[in-house]
This record gives sequence, C-alpha cells and structure tokens, in this order.
Amino acid sequence: MASTLTDAALKPAAPTLTDAGRFLASRLRQIGIFVALLVIVTLFQLLTAGKLLQPDNVSNIIVQNSYILLLAIGMVMIIVAGHIDLSVGSVAAFVGAMSGIMIQDWNMPWWLAFTASLVIGGLVGAWQGFWVAYMGIPAFIVTLAGMLVFRGLTQITLENRRITGFPAEYRQLGGGFLFPGLFPADTNILDWTTVGLGLLAAGLLIGSQLRGRATRAKLKLDDEPMAWFATKLAFGAVVILGLTYLLASSRSGTPIVLVVLGLLVVTYSAVMGNSVFGRHIYARGGNLQAAQLSGVNTKKIDFYLFVNMGVLAALAGLIFTGRLNSAGPGAGNLFELDAIAAAFIGGAAVTGGVGTVIGAITGGLIMGVLNNGMSLLGVGSDYQQFIKGMVLLLAVGFDVFNKRRASSALK
Amino acid sequence: MTEHILEMRGISKTFPGVKALSDVNLAVSRGEVHAICGENGAGKSTLMKVLSGVYPHGTYDGDISFDGEAVSFKDIKDSEHSGIVIIHQELALSPYLSVAENIFLGNERSSRGFIDWNETNVEAAKLLKRVGLTLNPVVRAGDIGVGKQQLVEIAKALSKNVKLLILDEPTAALNDEDSAHLLGLVKGLRDEGVTSIIISHKLNEIRAIADSVTILRDGRTIETLSLHDGSVTEDRIIKGMVGRELKNRYPERTPSIGAEILRVEDWTVHHPQEHSRVVVDRANLSVRAGEIVGIAGLMGAGRTELAMSIFGRSYGSNITGKLYKGGKEISVRTVSEAIRHGIAYATEDRKRYGLNLLDDIKRNISGAALGKLARRGWVDSGREAVVAGGYRTSMNIKAPSVTSVTGKLSGGNQQKVVLSKWMFADPDVLILDEPTRGIDVGAKYEIYTIINSLAAQGKAVVVISSELPELLGICDRIYTLAEGSITAEVPIGEATPELLMQHMTKEKD
Repeated sequence: MASTLTDAALKPAAPTLTDAGRFLASRLRQIGIFVALLVIVTLFQLLTAGKLLQPDNVSNIIVQNSYILLLAIGMVMIIVAGHIDLSVGSVAAFVGAMSGIMIQDWNMPWWLAFTASLVIGGLVGAWQGFWVAYMGIPAFIVTLAGMLVFRGLTQITLENRRITGFPAEYRQLGGGFLFPGLFPADTNILDWTTVGLGLLAAGLLIGSQLRGRATRAKLKLDDEPMAWFATKLAFGAVVILGLTYLLASSRSGTPIVLVVLGLLVVTYSAVMGNSVFGRHIYARGGNLQAAQLSGVNTKKIDFYLFVNMGVLAALAGLIFTGRLNSAGPGAGNLFELDAIAAAFIGGAAVTGGVGTVIGAITGGLIMGVLNNGMSLLGVGSDYQQFIKGMVLLLAVGFDVFNKRRASSALK
Repeated sequence: MTEHILEMRGISKTFPGVKALSDVNLAVSRGEVHAICGENGAGKSTLMKVLSGVYPHGTYDGDISFDGEAVSFKDIKDSEHSGIVIIHQELALSPYLSVAENIFLGNERSSRGFIDWNETNVEAAKLLKRVGLTLNPVVRAGDIGVGKQQLVEIAKALSKNVKLLILDEPTAALNDEDSAHLLGLVKGLRDEGVTSIIISHKLNEIRAIADSVTILRDGRTIETLSLHDGSVTEDRIIKGMVGRELKNRYPERTPSIGAEILRVEDWTVHHPQEHSRVVVDRANLSVRAGEIVGIAGLMGAGRTELAMSIFGRSYGSNITGKLYKGGKEISVRTVSEAIRHGIAYATEDRKRYGLNLLDDIKRNISGAALGKLARRGWVDSGREAVVAGGYRTSMNIKAPSVTSVTGKLSGGNQQKVVLSKWMFADPDVLILDEPTRGIDVGAKYEIYTIINSLAAQGKAVVVISSELPELLGICDRIYTLAEGSITAEVPIGEATPELLMQHMTKEKD
C-alpha cells in the first residue's frame, strides 16, 4: 500500500476552525475509515499475539486480497456514478478461462494472451455499458444478467475442465515478487529492492504534499492548519515505512501485484479527483439532471465506466488465475459482493455521488484483515461470514446515522 | 349572513427566512364555491397545506374551525377524516392500479383483511357515474386521459364523504372541453351540498362558477369579494392581485442596448410524453446585447418549457422552429451545443436541476465549463479554487469556504452559486428562470444587481418570473405568455401590472 495515503491528504481542505475539538470532530468522517482499519489491525495484532503483523503474513494479506482491492477501484467508480456491477466475478472468471485457452490450446505467448485478455475485458464492459448507457436498462439488471451470462460462458469455454500449468511469466503477476536475488544473499539483512521502493514512495508522498501545499499558499487559498497537515503526512510516511520494513524482512520482498495495485490506486485517485472524466462521474452520480443541464454527456460517462470496470475485472481474473495457477469454472465466485462491500464500507453512498478510491481500498483492507485475523484465530468460516456481514451493516449504518444527524442539525 | 363551514383566523406560517403567511383570514360559507386568487407565491398553496394538515397543528399560528368546531389536524388523514379533501395540481393516482383500486386506496372495501372486489368495483362504478364518467372501473388509471384522471380524483374524494373539496388549479392541464365538464361537476356538487374551494389563475372560470373570491397577496388576505351581483369584473380581481406599491426594491440602471444576439422564430414544442399536446405554440422572440427581457406568464403557461427547449432541447418533443444567433441560424440539439453557442439556462428548480448538492461550491461553479480549467483532461484544481474564490467574493456567497457543500447553503447563496456557474461559462445569452424564487428580500436586491451587471457587460439576459413587480422593476421589454403562445410584447414604458395580467390570462381563441 505504498501510496494509499497520498490521496487522503489531497482531499480538499476545510475551513479553519478555532476550536480544535470541533475541528477533529468535523474530520472524523473523513478519517474515520482509516481509524477503523487501525483499530482492527491493533485488535487482531493483540488477539493473535503478534501473528497478524508477521512479515510473511502481511505479504500474504496483500496478495490474497489484491484482486478484490483492484475490483473495488472500478466498483467504487461505478457506485459513485449511481450504478452497480454484479458481474465482475463472472467476468474475471471468464477472462481467466479465455487466457487459459489462449495459452494452452492456442499456444499464444503469455504477453499476447495478457493483452488479448484485457481487450476481452474491455469488450465485455462495452457490451454491458451499451445496455446501461444507450438502452437505458438499469445496471442492476444488465449486470445481473451479465453475472449469469459470463459464468455460463466460462463453463462453456472450459468445457467443465480446469486449466492448469500456466507459464512462469504469467504466474508472476499474481504470485511473483520484485527482483528476488537482485542483491547477493549475504547482504540481505533486508530486501534492498523493497527498502528502495518504500523510501521512494514515502519521498514522493512527502514531496507531492509539500508541493501541493506550497502551491495553495502561493494562490492564497484557505488551507488546513499546519499541525493537522503535518500529523497526516507523518502518519502516511510511518505507514509506508512500516509496511516497507515488514515486507523487506519477509521471505520474498515486494509482491509484484502490490506495485501494480499501488500504481492503479495513485492513477485512479488522480482520475477521480482531478480529471474532467472523474469530475463528471461525481456530477452524474450527485445529480443526473443538473449534470445533463451543465452539458455533461452522461451516457458516454456511463459507457466508459463499464468499459473500465471490464478491463479491471480482466486484470483481476489474470491475477487470480496466475496466483492459483488454475482457471476453473467456479473461479471468482462472490468477488462482486466483496468489492461492493469494500466500496460501501469505504464510505460510498448507495445513491451515488459520494465515494473515493482510497476509501474503497481501505474498506477492502478492513475486510481482508478481518478475514485473515479470524483465520489465524481459527474462527470457522461460518462465524467469519456472520461477522463480515455485521461489519458491513454497521459500517454503512454508522455512516447513514452520521449523515442524518448532520442534516438534521441544519434544520 | 350564511353559516360558515370553515373559518381560518389569523393564520401565520413562517419558513426559515421567509414569512409565507401572515395573519390570513378565510371564511367559507356552507354550500358555496369559494375561489382563492393570487399571484404565484402569494401563499395560496401554503394556506391549503395548513388547512389540510400537511403542515400540522403547532407549526403555524392562528386557529381553524370547521363545521362549527375548532380543529387541529395532525396530518392529511386527520383532515380527511373530518371531510376535507384536497386534490393537488399534480395528480396523485397510481398509474398501475385500476381506477377502482385508486378510488379506494387507503380506504379499501374489505372484510377481515381481504379485498371485496365486487363491492369495490360496483361502488367505484357508482361514484364514477356521479362524476359523469362512463368508464370501466377495472381500467388502469394510467391508461385514461388527464381530464378523466382529474374526475377520478373527485370520485375518490366523494368516496370519503367529502364536505369540503379543495381543488388546486384543477383545469391547468385540461383542454376546454374537459375543463367545462369539470367546472360543471363542481357546480353539481354544490347543489348536492358539497362546499368547494377552488384555486385558479383563470379568472373567467372563477367568474363563471365561484360564489365568492378571496384574494391573497404577499401572504396576506387582501379582500373577499362576492361574485353574485356581477359588479366584480376580472379587472377588479386583477387589481387586487397585483395592486402592491412598488418601492425602491430594484437597483438603478441605465440600459445600453446593442445589436440583436438571439432570435427565436416559430418555436413550437410538444409535450415529451404526449406527443400531440402543444406546450409552446409558434413563439417568436428576440433579445439584444445589454438588454434584459422579461417573460411573464402564469403557472402552466409554458415559460420553463420554452426556455428549456431552447437550451439544447432539454425539454419536449417534436420541436420545430429556428434559432438565430447574431443573425446566423444555429442548430442546438444538445445542452453542450447550447453552451458552445453561448447560451446558458439557470433553472428555476436549483435543487433538482441546478446543483450537485453533495458537492462543494467550487466544483459546482466549475461544473458547466470544466474544460476552461483543464488541460488534456486534467483539471487544475488550484486555479479552480482561485476562480471559485473570486466568485465567492464578487457574488458575496456567504459560506466559510469554497469547499463548503452546496446542500448546506441558504436558497439565496445556492442561487448565487448557480449564477456563478453560468457566469464562469461566459455565455452571450443568459436565461434566468425564476432567479429570485424562495429568496429573501435582501438577497433579491443582490441578485438584481448581478443581473444588471451582466447586462452592462453586453450580455443578453432573459428573465422568467412569476412576480410582475420584479419584471417591471428590472426589464427593458416584457413578453407575456399564455397557454404556450406569446400574447404580447410590451416595452417597459407601457407596461403596467394590469396590462400584463390581461395578456397573461388571455384565452386562446
């Protein structure tokens, strides 16, 4: 999670309030999700007597949840626009199966199969986007149909077998690590590649934040108090460096998928926060009519959102297939629900218009840590499901309650 | 003196920042048709909401006595229980239920929780007959015309043993034949002993069926006139409706008017769903640089529809007619084309159509012209904040910062955000639909000042308003609109409220 905090700190600054208590309270909703993750990590660290934050376990949590986190990025964008996508698990399975066919049956090189798989994902997204954007069918229906259609196509493609034995390069994406053995083994107290990356990420975070603040100061814009800014930045740097230390002392260093995920989080956070496309997504989800009357081509937005989701689902399928070294008919089952839960726990609004990439990632991590921590404690999957369900309900309930209190205070 | 079935005494109702009703008195005699008249915003609907319990007892001041007893309704069900039924302008039938089901909705003919379908349909048929409808009660309500739906609403009211029937603009959406039928029915009900209150803008209708009329203006009762002796003319009613003195509520301005910027020719618009219904009928109008042109019309005259259809066809179907910008014909099929041609439309309903209430001030301001702040698809958020900060200062938007969420602002400040958004888009023609609706007097003055400065910059401004004094106070020229047609074009020097109201209430030949 090299850069997860970059965007949190980029959020718009609020008015300066003299009362520090009120200031923190007003920020609580913005940072509440990070605090929740911190609390859960601490709780399980204590309950598992330190097993949770063992270097290899941390690495494991990241790799295990990478495809859900990746799907959560696309999902939160869809949800912000006021839609939903129930098909991503099936699409991931379908693309995984197609990549298996391309490699094993058609003898394609791995890189060509990768590219073709992403294109297939995009086409699947275009198909669903067409029905949502241009035919006006609610996304719930289109993607519910898509969930069945692509699950069916997965089974048809695989003819009910399971494709295994993927080439090593293919498996790198899901299960590989960055430059193992780049440095001679006797110098390896820590994995120096990871240390380098971690320092780079922390440096970039601090640099970009300071530059942003300097720009805002130059433009004489209101900004958050220095103490708050510094605390946030220090917190971000500590998290990155802590993670770096843990990964560097793990058996294999940085998982490749973490680098991919980190880049995607930074890119998509920027897209949602600072691109015209991202702004139009928020505008579309916040008030469809107002967006249309401001000249936003909302149909195009809807269409490309689903294309994007399709490509991300394809990537998730490739990672998952590579990690398991297997493409099976039941792959990716219920991925969509985990991704949707992540987005909502991360503060996205059911009615659209609200939500952030970083929130969804944090929501996904909360679910991931819960899963992992409970497994370490030997909690059965029956209780795990129950607890996860309650966490989702309470997280969203808390958010709704908060909003209602805020709006009734205005009346 | 006849007995009063209803007396409302000293009714006052305040909304945050606006006094909607102050010390209103209304006395309705048993068995009469009582009309209530007033401009939009005079407080008619608020008064009826107080009466029917939409605003429950305790949220207003004053007392109501109905049928000889003091009443304090908690909700609509309470008032209906006493025999007061209100039929709203927007019909409240469920389109997928049958006519009979609609009539008995919430009041089902049933025994032990099971619907008695035979009784439902037989009773419904009887009620339909009473309102003069020969209609199979099992037909879906959505499949019958608006006129018949209105009658079904009345049948529904009759099923509740109505003593006082309130009709809010009952004929606004009806054609002449349906209107005549409905008014006949109201008369028939009077003869059966049902008292009615009818809210209407159509003065000829009021003269035809009402026994007396109460005129409201600015949330106050002006007078109650008896219509029996025929001495009260439509002009007399108009005078009561508009006769407020014009104080210095409008900023001074010396217009400097240039060349024509936008011309609309033979503009005809049909209803978006009912493609045969004409909403705007062969409208012609033009506006010049630096000019403020008003469009006056009563509710339902097609003002918003005219404006929105011009603004990239965001309303209506089968739109015909021509648009000329600076003398050249232009094609404006989408909102983004309209914006590209320098046309902007600031909506009358800012919460529904104007703002993203979930987002902050700066992002709302940049919303219609984000391209101006972006390079290769990436928004320069620093510059955006600077731009928004500039508008916050110049427009005097009262908010702690440009990152404040617009949903939390007052109406006046929200309106300033909407205006800022369109000013940032820098159009040549600005159509402002009810720019001061729901805004208190002080903020209104600020909005007028902004409108004046826009005109002074050489922009062509079109102002749609229900408030005649407002149009008279700020415009250079006023078009009147009635039933979708432009009925007159009045230079400001000749315009009087009475003259405008005459043209606004003009019936189609």
